[in-house]
Amino acid sequence: MKYGPLIFFGIFLTLAASWCGLVLMPQIQIGRQGAVRIEETGEFYPAARSGVAQQGFEIYRANGCIYCHSQQVRMEGFGADILRNWGQRRTVARDYLNDKPVMLGTMRTGPDLANIGVRQTSAEWHATHLYNPRIPSKGSIMPPFPFLFEKRKIGSHPSADALKLSGEFAPEPGYEIVPKPEGKALVQYLLSLKANTPLPEAK
Amino acid sequence: MNASSPSILRALSPADTEDESQSRALLAEVDASCRWPVMLLFSFSLVWLLIGTVFALVASWKMHAPDFLGGISWLTFGRVRPAHLNAMVYGFASQAGVGVTLWLMCRLCRTPLICGWMAALAGVFWNLGVAIGIAGILAGHSTGMEWLEFPPYATPILFAAFALIAIWGIITFRYRREPHLYISQFYLLGALLWFPWLYSMTQVLLVMDPVRGVVQAAVNWWFAHNVLGLWLTPIGLAAIYYFIPKVIGRPVHSYYLSLLGFWSLALFYNWNGMHHLVGGPLPAWLITVSIVASVMMTIPVLTVGLNHHLTMWGNFHRLKDSPVLRFMVFGGMSYTVASLHGVLLALRSVSEVTHFTHSTIAHAHIGMYAFFAMVMFGSIYYIVPRLIQVEWPSARLIRLHFWAAALGILLYVVPLAFGGVMQGLAMNNPDVPFLDPVKHSVVTLTLPYLKTRSLSGILLGIGHLAFAVSFIWILIRWMNAGRRPKTSTADPSV
Repeated sequence: MKYGPLIFFGIFLTLAASWCGLVLMPQIQIGRQGAVRIEETGEFYPAARSGVAQQGFEIYRANGCIYCHSQQVRMEGFGADILRNWGQRRTVARDYLNDKPVMLGTMRTGPDLANIGVRQTSAEWHATHLYNPRIPSKGSIMPPFPFLFEKRKIGSHPSADALKLSGEFAPEPGYEIVPKPEGKALVQYLLSLKANTPLPEAK
Repeated sequence: MNASSPSILRALSPADTEDESQSRALLAEVDASCRWPVMLLFSFSLVWLLIGTVFALVASWKMHAPDFLGGISWLTFGRVRPAHLNAMVYGFASQAGVGVTLWLMCRLCRTPLICGWMAALAGVFWNLGVAIGIAGILAGHSTGMEWLEFPPYATPILFAAFALIAIWGIITFRYRREPHLYISQFYLLGALLWFPWLYSMTQVLLVMDPVRGVVQAAVNWWFAHNVLGLWLTPIGLAAIYYFIPKVIGRPVHSYYLSLLGFWSLALFYNWNGMHHLVGGPLPAWLITVSIVASVMMTIPVLTVGLNHHLTMWGNFHRLKDSPVLRFMVFGGMSYTVASLHGVLLALRSVSEVTHFTHSTIAHAHIGMYAFFAMVMFGSIYYIVPRLIQVEWPSARLIRLHFWAAALGILLYVVPLAFGGVMQGLAMNNPDVPFLDPVKHSVVTLTLPYLKTRSLSGILLGIGHLAFAVSFIWILIRWMNAGRRPKTSTADPSV
């Protein structure tokens, strides 16, 4: 009987301790970080995302890209992230200030994407890759995202953003595959992923 | 030290202190009060187990056949995978756990469940919340945070349902008739108090009024690791602590060890979460604290493991004839393995290799399935016949379930844990290409392990089907028994 309150108190105290340590302390230490002015360019980092890229961020979240792609570069000497050219520097807390939710990721079935906008700058490549990853990169096990695209009858002349497809992937003659707004937004988001601005804390 | 002779040992074991007939009448009353709510929770948890299995198979298949069901947005890998996790964690595991918790709490407190219909109502709401949440994930409304994917319109329902159950558990504890506190009650109280706090706190800090930047990741993993550590693990351990002594008929080896195990778990487990962020962009001290706490977990794990082992000592032959014991012992041993594996994976040097690989997935399944799900299966096999006074129709189906689950999960975790290490070693070697259709590459080397995983999934699915057939069969028998005159259920030979 007498143990009841003691157990309640112990249960409360143990979780309260870890809450203070793992939630409150990091919030005090880095929770109020803001953008910084980069001396060379005079611009603030991280800059807010464009509206389209932000829509793409939502597509990235909704389709669970995080389950196969991380967005974090580990420091030199810890893993081979930098040697694999996944980034020029490690990523730091400030890189993620605009992300809600933060999509650090815990899995690399596919490569890290923290700097995919630096590595792969072609919007056309990204669109084709999303339509079916095995067109530009053979052997990939990434799922295809045909639902971010639509098949349209070609009007007077082909659309500028129609995918250049051939062989088994091409639609029937007279039709073209073009990205829907969601597809375009996702491509813009991927192109915006650049964590290469030099920061003093990332040296 | 055999089960039949010393009555003093029986006096210490759960629920065996009073005069035989009186205590049997009380147990019957307790079981009757739990009948509807607990049967409802178990039935729905089985439904989610089957749904979660289908999601699992689809997701696993997609890992080596990426164009499988590739054109349907709501079945894309990135939605099916969280749908699987949430169906299993909140639909199956938590719900079965709540059922076991309510029944165990009533049994150990020797108090019938007060207003059982309220608990049943909470169960209905719980399922509503999970169903809306899963539909939301498939529709693309996931929050994008691991273990917390349920969209914000589903979580308040879940929270309300859970709060109701927690209050019920605690009220039962308050009105207990048994002055002696059994170790399982410590764990159950912990689970009932920790989870609502964790869940509501995390919802506020991540969904309603999100903290900024990587602090979200800290909150996310504080929660996600504690779902296993402070919610499911205590329930699983409470069940093992109850059922092993119950089945073999001798008390827990050492009450002192069991208390040490409980308080060290309460102290260390909830500091573990940040080891999911090793190498990440967070303060190094934060991650170090979690690594230290992870290593400290060896204390509760070895204490509990030793205590269970010494309780079982000399009774291992009972595994042959008791399916419940078989599930419990498999679960208990897996708990030790899962935790020690976890300690290993938390170390910086090991994590450098395994962090972003399938090893993590294998580890999660040792904890969630080989430990927790197996313990829940065993508990359900024990509890259901006592609730509805009907025997399981087929021992063969239970055997099939056990062996399919046991071999299935071994085939799942052993190759995948190893494959993950291979994947990590290759990933940390910049000379190995990440993807190459013909040459040795990080992606292609994992394929055999991923295919083995699908195979193991089929085996696990067979086990779950055997379980479902058993369960539906016993429900049908129950309904048929209900039509016969009432006196048959009161038969003392049952």
